[in-house]
Amino acid sequence: MQVVKKTPFEPGRRDFRLPFDLNGMTLVLWGTAALVAVALLLPVVYLTVRALGAGSEAWQGLFRFRTLETLARTVWLAVVVTGASAAIAVPLAWLTTRTDLPLRRLWAVLTPLPLVIPSYVGAYLFVSAFGPRGLLQQILEPVFGVTRLPEIYGFPGALLALTLLSYPYLLLTVRAALSKMDPAFEEASRSLGQDAWGTFWRVTMPLLRPALGAGCLLTALYVLRDFGVVAIMRYNTFTRVIYVSYTTFDRSQAALLALVLVAITLFFLALEARVMSQARHFQAAAGPVRPTTLVALGPWKWPALAFCGTVVFTSLVLPAGLLFYWLVRGLGAGETIPRLELAVWNSVLASGLGAIAIVLAALPMAILVVRRPGRITRLLERLTYSTFALPGIVIALALVFFGANHVPQLYQTLPMLLLAYGILFLPQAVGAVRASLLQIHPNLEEAARSLGRSPLQAFFGVTFPLLRPGLAAGASLAFLTIMKELPATLILAPIGFKTLATGVWAAVSEAFFAQAAAPALLIILMSSLPMTFFILNEQRID
Amino acid sequence: MDSIAVQCCNLSKNYHDTRAVSDVSLSVAKGEILALLGPSGCGKTTTLRLIAGFEKPDSGQIEVAGKPIAGPGLFVSPERRGVGMVFQDYAIFPHLTVFQNVAYGLKGQSPAQMRDNVLMMLKLVGIERFQGRYPHELSGGERQRVALARALAPHPVLLLMDEPFSSLDADLRVQVREQVRGILKSTQATAIFVTHDQEEALYMGDRLAIFRKGRLEQAGRPEEVFHAPATRFVAEFMGGTDFLTGQVTDDGILTELGLLPQKVGLPTGADVEIALRADDVGFEPQAQGKAMVLERMFRGAYNVYRLRLPSGRLVHTLQPHVRLFKPGTRARVYVSAGHDLAVFHDGRAVSPPQPSHIR
Repeated sequence: MQVVKKTPFEPGRRDFRLPFDLNGMTLVLWGTAALVAVALLLPVVYLTVRALGAGSEAWQGLFRFRTLETLARTVWLAVVVTGASAAIAVPLAWLTTRTDLPLRRLWAVLTPLPLVIPSYVGAYLFVSAFGPRGLLQQILEPVFGVTRLPEIYGFPGALLALTLLSYPYLLLTVRAALSKMDPAFEEASRSLGQDAWGTFWRVTMPLLRPALGAGCLLTALYVLRDFGVVAIMRYNTFTRVIYVSYTTFDRSQAALLALVLVAITLFFLALEARVMSQARHFQAAAGPVRPTTLVALGPWKWPALAFCGTVVFTSLVLPAGLLFYWLVRGLGAGETIPRLELAVWNSVLASGLGAIAIVLAALPMAILVVRRPGRITRLLERLTYSTFALPGIVIALALVFFGANHVPQLYQTLPMLLLAYGILFLPQAVGAVRASLLQIHPNLEEAARSLGRSPLQAFFGVTFPLLRPGLAAGASLAFLTIMKELPATLILAPIGFKTLATGVWAAVSEAFFAQAAAPALLIILMSSLPMTFFILNEQRID
Repeated sequence: MDSIAVQCCNLSKNYHDTRAVSDVSLSVAKGEILALLGPSGCGKTTTLRLIAGFEKPDSGQIEVAGKPIAGPGLFVSPERRGVGMVFQDYAIFPHLTVFQNVAYGLKGQSPAQMRDNVLMMLKLVGIERFQGRYPHELSGGERQRVALARALAPHPVLLLMDEPFSSLDADLRVQVREQVRGILKSTQATAIFVTHDQEEALYMGDRLAIFRKGRLEQAGRPEEVFHAPATRFVAEFMGGTDFLTGQVTDDGILTELGLLPQKVGLPTGADVEIALRADDVGFEPQAQGKAMVLERMFRGAYNVYRLRLPSGRLVHTLQPHVRLFKPGTRARVYVSAGHDLAVFHDGRAVSPPQPSHIR
């Protein structure tokens, strides 16, 4: 490898101990990186191999009208959900950062909170309320004799649930961009004769465009990846069709469809990269930004409040209320917490082991990316971020085929499940570690070196202690996302290995809404603690 | 009076418990450049933002071109004040070209008219060849000029500039500020600008207003402020000033540099402080001299000597570049001003230099 050769090895340095240790460190870093790269590439490469080897029957199956339909449905859902999310997120972001909206801080804390609701839990709650024989109908029937509600299954339900669950991604992106934007731009526009409304459209919105573009693509990728909502809402987008093909043992078909989904995902990713590279000149203010003069809403505060209230009610209060309703009903019907003990233990075990493995792999990756920049590291970095966008179901499927055909001793074991988690969630852990590593100036390590420490000693004596918060953040992030993960767990978990997520899934599939409440609540509680911390922290920086 | 462009009366602005601006009154004549000068946090930028309309005064009023724009029960929003602003980091819209930036404030004009006006402004500031470029393709000095052209294009009644030269390199700063002053004078613009650099204020400002802790200490022509500081703070802030203590006697003021034959309107025995600039002091080497040369700082055309007086007080003096003495040389120090010196009692100037007031 070229980069290894780059390590200078001048004759004059031979009497130092350094070159040896340097090589030791390099070996560790590149060794891990190579393993990680193989793991990351495995699913897509294996799927491709499988697809190429698939019989003509499977290929014919792919080029059917149904596939085209699925494609259209998937893209259409992604586009509409993204548009709807933007229509919710942009006004919310603006109202909570730029205006004198009453209770602004409270809205700022409440509006991103739906982020903690896993998509399958959200979908389950909406179905439980608005579905056939759901709560709403049960209330309406005796009073008005309503026996049928408008159909929630299909597009409307998927749109509703996905929009309300995914707008926080856009909200957070746009809000961060707004609070980093130098208020002088808006003031300059005002001093040049534009009123608040004109300034919003002619200056604020154009400056937000990169953040908005990135946020929209994040949302679209979320929709493409999502399994829980479309599965529960029975809307046949790729993830659901793939899952159905898999469960009906049409495995080659599933592999081909998964590859198509990968292609769409990569297309959206490429779009995102383009938006971001265009964004580089929209520089944010360098230092901490001076607080903006808030726009006085005047009588407009009433519609603004109604808007915020509606969003928070439907995306947060309603699901939470429903969850507690089902919980109470479940407890009343003899559902007991102890029955969950095993699922809790399994969830914690899988998430804990997964988090540890992920951070151990993320650390060398982050060090390489930050401290050894080069062509190969850049490639590695891009590889990590691309796999992040891949749907869990694709990864899971690839590992199932690979395991069943080549390593049967690993097939349906915990290590295989952990490998899937690693492939899925390594990127965000690398991101967290990388961010905190960037804040540690390399001078610190150099200072330790000049005081006689070897590279390894310098790393563990200086950098590592400073890096601990970043590692902890990466680990807890991994822990929580694994806990919420559904499709990979569903497909790869060893037989009889029930987790909280699969517990919710199993109960909802049978329409045992009350039974799903307790595990769903536990998942939300465990994942919302650090989320609250994160949002409060953002407020403080604000 | 119609020659007054801006008039602020008893402006005050508080942020929570801190008084950012406190009872400030000032006025600017048409075509005049006023420099708001003071250390950071003195209220000068807040005063500017009050005039621009980005902040609302807690009390006091502001009139621009004879029309009240802020006062009790009145607040005209920034876009309706006709006041242009150049921001500290210029705030040039990054998503618009130079041309579009300058055209941004022009409304109700035909495209041809707008084009003519923009090109005229770009020509005025000398960047017409960059009209199609985006801000990130410009140097700091060029951005400065775009900001100026953009603010001047709608022909504002008043131009405000917030530390307009602070983000430029030192050598560029001198050059740009000369050009900016030239442009402002050629367009007969009325301007208020904020700076913490007294040299810049002296160069750019037709008049200076010196702020301290939210209050206006003194406003006046640069010469006035320099020669007749109204307060000890102004004398100190305008730079290069040492202070001597003295006592009022029947014949003048008694100091450790001898008797200053200068009459002040204070009773005999009153304690005063005298502002002493480096060109007001001279010295002769003398073996029995009670003062001592501490240090010589070579400045090229001249030497600055730091002298220690018998009381331990330090004074500085400007000497020709050929007058060389070693540190440690004993000396006799005297006042060589040839004019009355500024005298302060309790921090405020006493006669003879008439404290000049604004208005």
